[in-house]
Amino acid sequence: MGKNLFQKVWERHEVARLSNGQSQLFIGLHLLHEVTSPQAFAMLRELGLKVAYPERTFATHDHIIPTDGLARPFKDALAEEMMAAIEKNTSDFGIRLFGIKDNRYGVIHIVGPEEGLTQPGMTIACGDSHTATHGAFGSIAFGVGTSQVRDILATQTMGIAPFKVRNIVLDGKPGRGVYSKDMVLAVIARLGVNGGLGYAYEFTGSAVDSMSMEARMTVCNMAIEGGARVGYMNPDETTFEYLKGRPYAPSADRWEEALAYWKSVASDKDAAFDDTVKFDVSAMKPMVTWGITPEMAVPVDGNIPAASTPAVKEALEYMKFKEGAPVKGTKVDVVFIGSCTNGRIEDFRIAAEILKGNKVARGVRALAVPGSVIVKEQAEKEGLDEIFKDAGFEWREPGCSMCLAMNPDKLVGDQVSASTSNRNFKGRQGSASGRTMLVNPAMAAAAAIEGAIADVRDFMEDK
Amino acid sequence: MLGPVKNIKARALPLPGDDIDTDRIIPARFLRCVTFDGLGESAFYDERFFPDGSEKNHPMNEKKYSGAEIILSGNNFGCGSSREHAPQAIKRAGYKAVIAESFAEIFYGNSSVLGLVCVTMPKEDIAELIKTAQAAPETEFELDIENRSVKAAGKTYGINIKDTLRTALINGTYDPLAELMKNKDKTAALNSKLPPVSYSL
Repeated sequence: MGKNLFQKVWERHEVARLSNGQSQLFIGLHLLHEVTSPQAFAMLRELGLKVAYPERTFATHDHIIPTDGLARPFKDALAEEMMAAIEKNTSDFGIRLFGIKDNRYGVIHIVGPEEGLTQPGMTIACGDSHTATHGAFGSIAFGVGTSQVRDILATQTMGIAPFKVRNIVLDGKPGRGVYSKDMVLAVIARLGVNGGLGYAYEFTGSAVDSMSMEARMTVCNMAIEGGARVGYMNPDETTFEYLKGRPYAPSADRWEEALAYWKSVASDKDAAFDDTVKFDVSAMKPMVTWGITPEMAVPVDGNIPAASTPAVKEALEYMKFKEGAPVKGTKVDVVFIGSCTNGRIEDFRIAAEILKGNKVARGVRALAVPGSVIVKEQAEKEGLDEIFKDAGFEWREPGCSMCLAMNPDKLVGDQVSASTSNRNFKGRQGSASGRTMLVNPAMAAAAAIEGAIADVRDFMEDK
Repeated sequence: MLGPVKNIKARALPLPGDDIDTDRIIPARFLRCVTFDGLGESAFYDERFFPDGSEKNHPMNEKKYSGAEIILSGNNFGCGSSREHAPQAIKRAGYKAVIAESFAEIFYGNSSVLGLVCVTMPKEDIAELIKTAQAAPETEFELDIENRSVKAAGKTYGINIKDTLRTALINGTYDPLAELMKNKDKTAALNSKLPPVSYSL
């Protein structure tokens, strides 16, 4: 039996076994943001420690940053304090900050890949659960807590036990209107939000092979919503092509050496897995969540289920939806396109294609929030911003924005949003009674035009 | 601060339900801070209070459960974000242990480092414990980590705890930093062999 990528990468990065039985794992790339790092730096200072490998540590700010202008100090004094802290901490400890000054900031999981920092065969950690995003490159990437941020800053290692590996096979050609977001929502709907507990998800299959890096990142990003702390894909030509020429990617003289290493970490043809689950992508439809966890999702032509379990009952009470009602036609007040799940250039291209020549429905607030400065600039170069603005979208500055609403972008009261983000938890988008319906970027655009959940495939027939 | 955790004797707070996520445990707006101080007061804030600050019907608001130090809950507790603010808030609100059917992994790891004990039990047993706590909130629960059991109202139940965590709690080594620092040389050797420093096979 051969080895899978997870096993190969883990073995190469294991420093030692700890007394409690966990691995002491070397972290090849440590990414920081302003929310989960300040306490870690405070602990370092208290202990009189330095950052062991600042050259393996990179930071940006994304969670609290306003998306309507960057005048300092920020209106929110708490946000300003956190910004000042990441600026001071990275400066004091010699860490590269992709900040406002050099205008290369953005959502950490978008910045890492676009800078070429994220590479195959690496271990990557960040104080953020969506770190799994980087697994799209064939790295083992996972979210950690602040104490572990401290551990990695101080030692470039952390204690963690290895995972089992489940091979999620996505075979087939997706139909019109079906994107990688729908595939991962369908996986979670079937396996459940805790189905991945104890597992890393290796995504394989013909649908994965033909995905762009952007689409792959969307899938790995949401592994954690299925309970899997790690989601990854094997590196291939698409991966290598994406990396070529990026600022931190290997230079031309080291390229062949890097390529050989990257290819060596891919899962062997006869790799063993703890479990395998197959999906037929050609049978999938655009997905919509109707409840308060990402597994509460149905195809756009489906109905909200009967309130036959306490969980469904609780969800329907919170969402104020009727059991058995069609999900299509549900009125929305807000549309949010962005986040580490769907805030990359391809996502804005997909949404713009639907929006072109259309208008946002009266009364709907629609926000387009590019995932990074580089995404925003590329979109503007392509004229996408004009399409969004002409349609009636707010075209905003980069950040996490309304995905988790730590900045001023929030739902109000019990507003319903169609959102390209990753979580539909109670209160997630900034209002304790706010309601979130997760969709792909094209579906979000269609919902904005219709003022309700619509089947984007109806919009595509006209074209 | 670090000490062995072998045994917790305390009253219990019933918090039934599955998928209690970290946004519920500590809403994102309370993460706008540079220290963990004060998070205890905001634990489960939106579950406990209406926007106008008046109390919702929530076990944490009930006097009969005040002083409880063990939380009893359902499946997939702590799912969602990696925010350590979640176990920090629970710990700072005075809780020492969470007994649930299962835990989300990052929450579990974050709790373990803080010595916030996370153990699992079968659904039926937890349902029974929740009933006990609801019927007689003054009941003392005895969580015995060494012997993998919980005693309440004269009955003993088995608990599941990962060996790694059990060992670390008993020895007081759940904060691994000191041990990680010991392997400085091995770490340095590995650093020179791994990308992007080296791409050697």
